[in-house]
Amino acid sequence: MTLRHGTVTRRATVTRWRAFYGDHPLHLVALLCCGALAGYAALGVLVNPVWPRMLLWFAAAIVAHDVVAFPLYAAADRALCLLRPGPGVNYLRVPLLGTGLTFLLFFPGIIRQGAVSYLVATGLTQQPYLARWLLLCASMFATSLLVYAVRTGIRRAGRRPTTPPARPCPRECSAAAG
Amino acid sequence: MLWRTVERLRPPGLGRTRLWRSPLRGPWLTSIFGAVLLATLPIVIVTGLLDYIAYGPQFGQAFPAHVGWLRLPFFDWPTRPSWLFQLTQGLHVGLGLVLIPLVLAKLWSVVPRLFAWPPARSLAQVLERLSLLAVVGGILFELATGVLNIQYDYVFGFDFYTAHYFGAWVFIGGITVHVVVKFPHLVAGLRSRSLRAELRTPLADTHPEPSHPDDPDSLVAVHPAPPSMSRRGLLGLVGGGALFVGLLTAGQTVGGPLRSIAILLPRGRSYGGGPSDFQVNRTSAAAAITDALVGPAWRLNLTGGTAPVSLDAAALAALPTHTAELPLACVEGWSVTQRWTGVRLRDLAALAGVPAPASARVRSVEPAGAFNAAALTGAQVLHPDALLATHVNGAPLSRDHGFPARVIIPAVPGVHCTKWVGAIEFRSAA
Repeated sequence: MTLRHGTVTRRATVTRWRAFYGDHPLHLVALLCCGALAGYAALGVLVNPVWPRMLLWFAAAIVAHDVVAFPLYAAADRALCLLRPGPGVNYLRVPLLGTGLTFLLFFPGIIRQGAVSYLVATGLTQQPYLARWLLLCASMFATSLLVYAVRTGIRRAGRRPTTPPARPCPRECSAAAG
Repeated sequence: MLWRTVERLRPPGLGRTRLWRSPLRGPWLTSIFGAVLLATLPIVIVTGLLDYIAYGPQFGQAFPAHVGWLRLPFFDWPTRPSWLFQLTQGLHVGLGLVLIPLVLAKLWSVVPRLFAWPPARSLAQVLERLSLLAVVGGILFELATGVLNIQYDYVFGFDFYTAHYFGAWVFIGGITVHVVVKFPHLVAGLRSRSLRAELRTPLADTHPEPSHPDDPDSLVAVHPAPPSMSRRGLLGLVGGGALFVGLLTAGQTVGGPLRSIAILLPRGRSYGGGPSDFQVNRTSAAAAITDALVGPAWRLNLTGGTAPVSLDAAALAALPTHTAELPLACVEGWSVTQRWTGVRLRDLAALAGVPAPASARVRSVEPAGAFNAAALTGAQVLHPDALLATHVNGAPLSRDHGFPARVIIPAVPGVHCTKWVGAIEFRSAA
């Protein structure tokens, strides 16, 4: 009797808590534990005099991705899709993404940023990277063009005898981004 | 009441609007990306924390020096297998780079939630969204500082070790609660569709994931555009991006013919052939190594025994030598394996009168520099392949590689394989 009564009261308490908080009490416990860990870690950098710069970079990383990079690449993709509706857009999209990804990862060498520390560490200069990157990008676009040409050729060859000319692609195009 | 008021005050553009058009976004897709990251990111985290131990925090030579409880339990870093640090750091940096396309895809897949309205409908959701700052900020901060650091671009202007280490723990805090809270969603998402079926579905049969149009939290677009890419195509694109990065990165760790494929990384380059054609870390010019320091006046001073022992180059060359194939592995993820020849450190310890040292401190003739001295554990000194190398690949060391003598020890981080060694102090007690 008391046991059941206890269970009922506990349930009622949890229900009231949920109405106030919006989730199970353990949800708050988990958030507080992990929040404490992240907070304790953040305190660790406070002994370093340049901690405001670290905090700035932390915040800037979020802003740069969410509010700058995402709208930009989504808009670029939308424009690309308007330019070339239908799945054919992928022949541009893929090498463009490859170009963007390699630049994002390896831009210090490409634009020769950090030239002095690079020289100190390696004894070499960053001179070759821009040309290498441009060649890599060119080969990505060339490969894409080649695949496009081969596929189109195969499709045309397969269609020629029987099917009428292909219908133009639907005007509306999907943005994988955006 | 408060939440309903917030909901009514929707700024234009926010919420589940027609602006979101991707036909592929949805809980299944996000769960796939999430599951792969859940399986792989812990490897990056653990190898990163292991590398802190490899630096020898018990000697105060791991950075940052004071981390409180934020570390793995201390243990003596093993010397076997000799490629241990090559593996842990190669994985940390290599996998970290490979996961960048996946992280970006995951963020893309959930970005409508960032612009959702209302931003929260309960106190629980407010806190949850705050925790996402640690997740998103943490991963982007770690990736950005890591990517810059391995390319010697210190544009951030703060101490990399401090920022990367504590930033990692902020991320660990955030990602832990994110996984705890979202794990049921991840399981439900994965179960909502069959991966095998998706891999067989061409573009023509690709349809948006099901969702209720009135569900404000749904990732699925209310008015999706016709797809220009199948779901398997998108998975292939992201996976292919990861493979592509792997291909451009692996060579700096694996070496051999693969090294020349790492065309955009600092450690994919050649040094012109010959026995000294391998990666230089910190040139002798940068370390201000002069002829006077390493010329005929150079001496190797061994201390710790009853009387100090001083050897000139000829005396060192007269000692018995040993040859070992050992990797030189850097915290920046790259490594090179070479054939080193020199005097065993344990023979030098015996010569100094400390045959069973508990630790040793190696000092370079380099006048200044963060790594001009390093402490070694007893096991590291006594390992049969631990050398004070004078030759590499059969030729005397070049000055950039540490002439006249450098330390090389199995599984020890490269910066602790001190170059231009001038003195070793063997200690009976740690």
